[in-house]
Amino acid sequence: MVISMSNGKRHIMESLNINMRYDGRKLEEYRPVSVEYNVVNSAEGSARVKIGGTEVIAGIKMSMDKPFSDTPDEGTLMVGVELLPMSNPEFELGPPGIQAVELARVVDRGIREAKAIDVKKMVVVAGEKVWGVSVDIVSINDEGNLFDACALAAIAALKVTRFPSYDGKKVDYDNYTDEKLHVVKTPVSVTVVKIGDKLLVDPTTEEELMIDARLTVATDEKGEICAMQKGGATPLTLAEVDRMMQLAVAKCNELRKHL
Amino acid sequence: MTYSKRFDGRKWDEMRPIEAKAGVIKRADGSAYFKIGDTIAYAAVYGPRNLYPKFLQDPEKGILRINYNMMPFSGSGDRVRPGGNRRSKEISMVIQNALQPVVDLAEFPNSVIDVFIELPQTDAGTRCAGICAASIALADAGISMKDMVAAISAGRVDDKIVVDLNYDEEAYDGPVADIPVAVMPRTGQISLLQMDGEIDKESLLKALQMAQKACQQINAIQRKALKDKYHNGDINE
Repeated sequence: MVISMSNGKRHIMESLNINMRYDGRKLEEYRPVSVEYNVVNSAEGSARVKIGGTEVIAGIKMSMDKPFSDTPDEGTLMVGVELLPMSNPEFELGPPGIQAVELARVVDRGIREAKAIDVKKMVVVAGEKVWGVSVDIVSINDEGNLFDACALAAIAALKVTRFPSYDGKKVDYDNYTDEKLHVVKTPVSVTVVKIGDKLLVDPTTEEELMIDARLTVATDEKGEICAMQKGGATPLTLAEVDRMMQLAVAKCNELRKHL
Repeated sequence: MTYSKRFDGRKWDEMRPIEAKAGVIKRADGSAYFKIGDTIAYAAVYGPRNLYPKFLQDPEKGILRINYNMMPFSGSGDRVRPGGNRRSKEISMVIQNALQPVVDLAEFPNSVIDVFIELPQTDAGTRCAGICAASIALADAGISMKDMVAAISAGRVDDKIVVDLNYDEEAYDGPVADIPVAVMPRTGQISLLQMDGEIDKESLLKALQMAQKACQQINAIQRKALKDKYHNGDINE
């Protein structure tokens, strides 16, 4: 196992040195991306995203919530990521580890900071009752690049989310209103990773093991950057950050076409 | 008012439409997808692999470890809080008991076979769908098995004996009995039996016979799913 891994690493490095990926892709090339809507009928909105062999499902549940005291006239948003042990032999049962927490927070920020959802339109009684949106993203099969897959699934699911009907007392999940969740922007994330002196997108599991640094950039359809997260313990120069951002913005527009 | 016609128009001994597929999760050693009506189950098998912490290891035989989990958005009502609860613990345990008789664990001393059952969408019958998926996944993982396991719920809605109750039937306003049954198809033996509700002895036996018959049909679908995977040449690694 150890021996084959180091051989695998050498193989990946040798490909990168000639600006190729070991699976034949170019450095800035994604695996095939697909988005499928309304895949879970018990959710108020849902989407399945595949990037190559990586597959995630995002499901939205709407509930009646109390607003936060500092934002009495806004609905609430919660994002959770479950790295199911079903999807990767390394994932374990138990409360979310740091990897799942970081993923959820980065997806959350992409949506929240872009002001993708018009939360003012989720108020039933200001200061008392507002709609809460719970975005739950689960991994079905992890073959790398969960960051971009999770963010894409989340915004895709939000776009098709409907409101259940509410009579002032109880939420009726069997009957939906015609009203859709007010999604006013479409933030999409792209993660650029640095391996050695190469920058690439959409890493596979094998490539993820070799990452020196990564930068996740969420942009809206105008190309404005709404959230970023650097990962990995290797520092980046300003010039590298600039190149990574430019690459990310270009790739975000490409990814958004799948929505 | 009596229950004269099933809510979804099925015959009394008719199951909801079933769809089964093997090898749907490439990272896993074996996997399956099993859909019955609006209930969907995934199962993924990892192992036999090393078992930690070490004191759990048994030098005589391996252990089969099941984890049943409903995804947060899988219920049509409120969000399901992630992380398991008393219900999912019990269901994991009874599923383990249902599958263990067909797996020869003496072959795998000190190891564990992990089976993860995940429900993205539910409409009753989740433990049975989970067992059906898990059985396909174990076979797909190449674990040697004496038999497969098929499972279905049978029971009573009002004065009718029915198979494969959906949520509306479980919630019927009148006497209901829900009896999840797992069957080893080659011998007809029962490896899971639970029941809640009210039913007399004769009806119970009738329901069990109905379940056994349905499990034979399910088993044919399970076997076909496995054969299809290899016929299509879609083999992992």
